[in-house]
Amino acid sequence: MSVLIDEVTRLCVAGMTGKEGSFHTLNNRRYGTNVVGGVTPGKGGQDVEGIPVFDSWADAAAQAQPNTAMIFVPPRFAADSILEAAAAGVELVIAITEGIPAHDELRVYNTLKRDHPDTRLVGPNCPGILSPGKANVGIIPASFFSEGNVGVVSRSGTLTYQIGNEIAQAGFGCSSIVGIGGDPVPGSSFVDIIELFQADPQTELIVLSGEIGGSAEEEAAQYISEHVSKPVVAYIAGFTAPAGKQMGHAGAIVSGSAGTAAAKADALEAKGVRVGRTPTEVAQIAVEILGAATGAERS
Amino acid sequence: MDLLEYQGKQLFARHGLEVSAGRAVTTVQDAVAAANEVGYPVVVKAQVLIGGRGKAGGVKLAADEEQAREHAQSILGMDIRGHTVRTLWIEHASDIATEYYASVLLDRSAKQPMVMFSVEGGVEIEQVAEESPEKLVRHHVDALKGLSREEAVEIARRGGADADVVEGVADALVALYEVWLAEDATLAEINPLIVTPERQVKALDAKVSLDGNALYRHPDNQGLSDSENEDPIERRAKEQGVQYVALDGDVGILGNGAGLVMSTLDVVAQAGGSPANFLDAGGGSDAAKVKQAVELILANDKVKAVLFNIFGGITRCDEVARGLIAAFEDIKPSVPFVVRLDGTNDVQGRELLQEAQLPNVHPAKTMNEAAEKVVALAAGKSVEAAA
Repeated sequence: MSVLIDEVTRLCVAGMTGKEGSFHTLNNRRYGTNVVGGVTPGKGGQDVEGIPVFDSWADAAAQAQPNTAMIFVPPRFAADSILEAAAAGVELVIAITEGIPAHDELRVYNTLKRDHPDTRLVGPNCPGILSPGKANVGIIPASFFSEGNVGVVSRSGTLTYQIGNEIAQAGFGCSSIVGIGGDPVPGSSFVDIIELFQADPQTELIVLSGEIGGSAEEEAAQYISEHVSKPVVAYIAGFTAPAGKQMGHAGAIVSGSAGTAAAKADALEAKGVRVGRTPTEVAQIAVEILGAATGAERS
Repeated sequence: MDLLEYQGKQLFARHGLEVSAGRAVTTVQDAVAAANEVGYPVVVKAQVLIGGRGKAGGVKLAADEEQAREHAQSILGMDIRGHTVRTLWIEHASDIATEYYASVLLDRSAKQPMVMFSVEGGVEIEQVAEESPEKLVRHHVDALKGLSREEAVEIARRGGADADVVEGVADALVALYEVWLAEDATLAEINPLIVTPERQVKALDAKVSLDGNALYRHPDNQGLSDSENEDPIERRAKEQGVQYVALDGDVGILGNGAGLVMSTLDVVAQAGGSPANFLDAGGGSDAAKVKQAVELILANDKVKAVLFNIFGGITRCDEVARGLIAAFEDIKPSVPFVVRLDGTNDVQGRELLQEAQLPNVHPAKTMNEAAEKVVALAAGKSVEAAA
């Protein structure tokens, strides 16, 4: 098992005919992901290396039955594309697009909740999801990860590759790597994904990689203490970030005294979650816990 | 993007919020002319993006032309906690009977807009929230419906607004919500929201933050912000589309991906160093972008050593190496570099760097090793000192 994407994933990509969109879609297909179509208004009937293009999400849904959407369109069209995919009945929408206005994200989040409660949004401004050995949707470089029992959920892309790679070098793999994105109103929170990992039999340890801004890490800490029996190891980036400055991600900002890295690390530790001070230390703690578990099984 | 008070007030006025007539000026002469125009007494207010202007002497009341000139002279050019006053806002002084507080913001936790109102205005709202939370009304708005007038009246009542101004406060809240919504703001705050002796409700201050990602649909707002007080390198970076934040240390940092760069700053600080900047070269950086980034980092003359921390996903390490080599040919940096390349095409990248034999460039295998080396070099020690 894994979470969200696997062998039964049927992927359709909005923005597949663009340069970035086609590059990553083909990359995902090469990995083994079942790509059933693309959506670009006005380009219906064309194809990208054999993958059919549809004019709308409704057409794509009727003709190719996707269960997963990837959004690669520019920021000003992204909100509508997400909502169209949901309206067409797609259950999982993964939005890679960076730079969507916060008010659009707010509208999308609340519209999905009200009108399409069965559709889950991951992102925007995220690297996507990888379930090693099964499927890859997005821009995560699959070569750094192998299949295994660590579930990773993260607000940052490269930081995830850094941590995942160190875990892989120590001989461990991942069940799924889920990028929830660095924006202020993400479709899925840490809590949403941790809930899936807790229920996933393949996942034995969860790595949470957070950063400054908002309170998603604090909410995760509370949730973990009440609902999660699997070990969780956390990392928080941005201890040296000054207040009021946006650190690359739209959501990575300390507002006044709220959203600091120290407060997040404290909240997690107070609930018994081990927090690594560096990405390397996170991987070491994870390996230590997994190694002990493996050793116990062997003995 | 944070706006100056007068820019915020212009947006308020655009959506029907009551503000005092006034003018933004940059010279003493214009300040006096503005004061004569709006009528005495006037308030002379420093326009800087930092709180505590009043305490710092940046807000003064002037009864006549002579005082207006005097205050304009003393406040223009004044330094308020690192912000130089280049603009003054001159407005007709208001008589104040009561001071309230009102704001609309994006509550990231609830994923809804939130209206806040308190009759304890004119003081830090964090202080009110902490000391007397019962005096701060927090009301979540359905993002898909917006704030109704009935809700606004209820908020004003619940917050304890004087009965005769409940309607006026509700009008102000509805207008403030409209500012927040129509201008794509992430925060719209009035502190204080005053009631005059004539029982008029009016915004005496304005704190507005706009969403930079939404500026494309607000051409009128694109020229706003405090560009005069912006760090010159940050401004240059913004023009080039590079994510750069100036910090006050001496270790220049370049990485790819916001999270990895934030993490790199932390690891450098843990190794005893002090980062000079945040720079995210972004995904898929090519050689030209890397060269541009090196120029930005070195434009800060406090930088004593530079750390490149790359974990290549979409970014290819050989491209980064080519960019660095090109930058060295042109710029010939005088400070040492530590380069850690990992991920996509890392072997090729490292080989390119080795062949190029760049002076004073030190490879590192891991992020931690790289941080220790760069901190040693910035302190004037050799890299061996790091081990």
